[in-house]
Amino acid sequence: MTKPPVLILGARSDIGKAVAHKFAALGHPVQLAARNAASLEADKTDMELRYRVAVSLHDFDALALDTHDAFVAALPELPRIAVCAVGLMGEQSENERDVAAAARVMRSNFEGPASILATLANRFEERGSGTIVGISSVAGDRGRATNYVYGSAKAGFTAFLSGLRNRLAKRGVHVVTVLPGFVATQMTEGMDLPAKLTAEPSELAEAIARAVERKKNVIYVRPIWRLIMLIIRTIPERIFKGMKI
Amino acid sequence: MKLSGWGRYPVLQARVHRPRSLEALRQLVVSEPSLIARGNGRAYGDSAINTAATVETRHLNRMIAFDPQTGQLIAEAGVLLGDIITAFLPRGWFPMVSPGTKFVTLGGAIAADVHGKNHHKDGSFRACVDWVDIMGPDGETRHCAPQGDAALFDHTLGGMGLTGIILRAAIRLRPVETAWIRQTTMAAPNLKAAMAAFEAAQDSTYSVAWIDCLGAGANLGRSLVMLGEHAVRADMSLRQAQAPFRIKPKRKLGIPFDFPAFALNSATVRAFNALYYRAGAKKTDTQLVDWDSYFYPLDAILGWNRIYGRKGFAQFQCALPLDRSEAGLTALLSEVAKAGSGSFLAVLKRFGKQDSAFSFPMEGYTLALDFPVTPKTLALLERLDQITIDHGGRFYLAKDSRMTGATLRASDPRTPDFQAHRDSHGFTSRFRSAQSERLAL
Repeated sequence: MTKPPVLILGARSDIGKAVAHKFAALGHPVQLAARNAASLEADKTDMELRYRVAVSLHDFDALALDTHDAFVAALPELPRIAVCAVGLMGEQSENERDVAAAARVMRSNFEGPASILATLANRFEERGSGTIVGISSVAGDRGRATNYVYGSAKAGFTAFLSGLRNRLAKRGVHVVTVLPGFVATQMTEGMDLPAKLTAEPSELAEAIARAVERKKNVIYVRPIWRLIMLIIRTIPERIFKGMKI
Repeated sequence: MKLSGWGRYPVLQARVHRPRSLEALRQLVVSEPSLIARGNGRAYGDSAINTAATVETRHLNRMIAFDPQTGQLIAEAGVLLGDIITAFLPRGWFPMVSPGTKFVTLGGAIAADVHGKNHHKDGSFRACVDWVDIMGPDGETRHCAPQGDAALFDHTLGGMGLTGIILRAAIRLRPVETAWIRQTTMAAPNLKAAMAAFEAAQDSTYSVAWIDCLGAGANLGRSLVMLGEHAVRADMSLRQAQAPFRIKPKRKLGIPFDFPAFALNSATVRAFNALYYRAGAKKTDTQLVDWDSYFYPLDAILGWNRIYGRKGFAQFQCALPLDRSEAGLTALLSEVAKAGSGSFLAVLKRFGKQDSAFSFPMEGYTLALDFPVTPKTLALLERLDQITIDHGGRFYLAKDSRMTGATLRASDPRTPDFQAHRDSHGFTSRFRSAQSERLAL
């Protein structure tokens, strides 16, 4: 029995790659979407060799909103599962001063992902089935001085996913919100992250595959983050604003 | 970040790079004053640490091509042996040579020229390597093979990453009919009996012995000798033979914290060894064992290196020439038994012929022991080094974390040639590890 295809948006990222490997290992054909997709040829060969599934490459630019309809229409088959791992952290200090840099972060984490997922969601709704997975961030749970530009965009994305889930709940389409804490990726390389709070991309991929299978709504990767964010959210604002966090 | 090998000793502060492309790797090679490649960190000591620049190959881990006619796999250096098994065992292929853990990278297996339980029959890892692509100090890639740049090939296999950054390689896999091993266990009451069992088992594909290194006197060298063959379908029940590559998924046991220092002492090890030997001696028959339990029993205990406590442990592994093996092993085991420093894992194995520039194995016997790092055991290790040298033996660099350059030179007359090769190709200043600096290689 052949399994349904999985679309990975942002397939060059460490998380996107790990999720692609996980679903391919489970026997799903995967569609890898990224800018300059041809450069993922070696990854395609690798996955085909390892898992004996079909892997296809698709040029995709999250920020080119007017191309999103055509991108979805051109896919060889409408995927059953779509995972969005698109994101950009940038440098908070730069994001504070440079409006263009901040806008790029906001667009990459919110506008672009929301646009492509909206397009896919409508097609999934027409079909009456499908699962959408949005990788947001705990940074969106509360704005903090150290990364509120990124965090605010992720907050927007988290709210978007929540609304989408609400809208499609009775239409056979499921939406999973993934809230990773620290993940050891290229984005966080060089940061001094506490090992016990930091997940490997493969761990995230496992959690996502499980969440899709069990129709989870919101998952934190490494459960400790649920507690940490609960605490961070409940600190009263008059205390929070004076904290270095 | 703080970095150590699998033995968690020594721990060094090192800068770590994780390049995601050949170009990023090339930039590091040409710009860093010196560097060393690191695979999955399974060498026990400081072989894969350079405090200024350690280059992890974990992102360069793609499989490139597989030929189902010949079983040749071409893959990048960061691919794990376990990934190869996961991908190809269901298609009837298994690594030709495998060390005791599947968590090593292809690059690491080549650099250490690892050996497995079939060394007496098939040789070390190099026996299955068709060619290696390696990045030199100028950032250029060189292709080396036994029929091509044989000198580079020869010094890279067993060269501990000191001849460049291994990028990709072609290896040949072994066709197998099932995922199972037919294992025969024999109890040997002492060293002589254990060696006799090995000599009688030259035709077995796999052979290895667990040895009770606390046994003294008449019990010196008391062992369980385990032989293995790849099972064929006819060895299995009809039901099993329907799905010959299926094994039960195992529960992984994790070691969640460092054991306190007293957890492994001579009394607990002695008790364990006695029980283990008796249990093994009782079932001296043939049984079918799945590949994972047979080749990688310790992999089932994630983080088993923590049982030695926070200070880590040191491995000792030597190879002794055949004609001096019995005398050497007797002296080594007597010294260990006398010190009463129980090695929890003690392994004895017969090596076959080996001909290479700097690889560890030699025809004879190899003994592997490990000890928690304490002043007492470090002193014992010095004495074991001397006994090994006195009997014409040498040491496994992938396990070493503490010997001196003088010890290396006294044990291995090939060292000056290896050094000369490094010097003449501009490797010495560029490819360096904490180990190569300690050994003045």
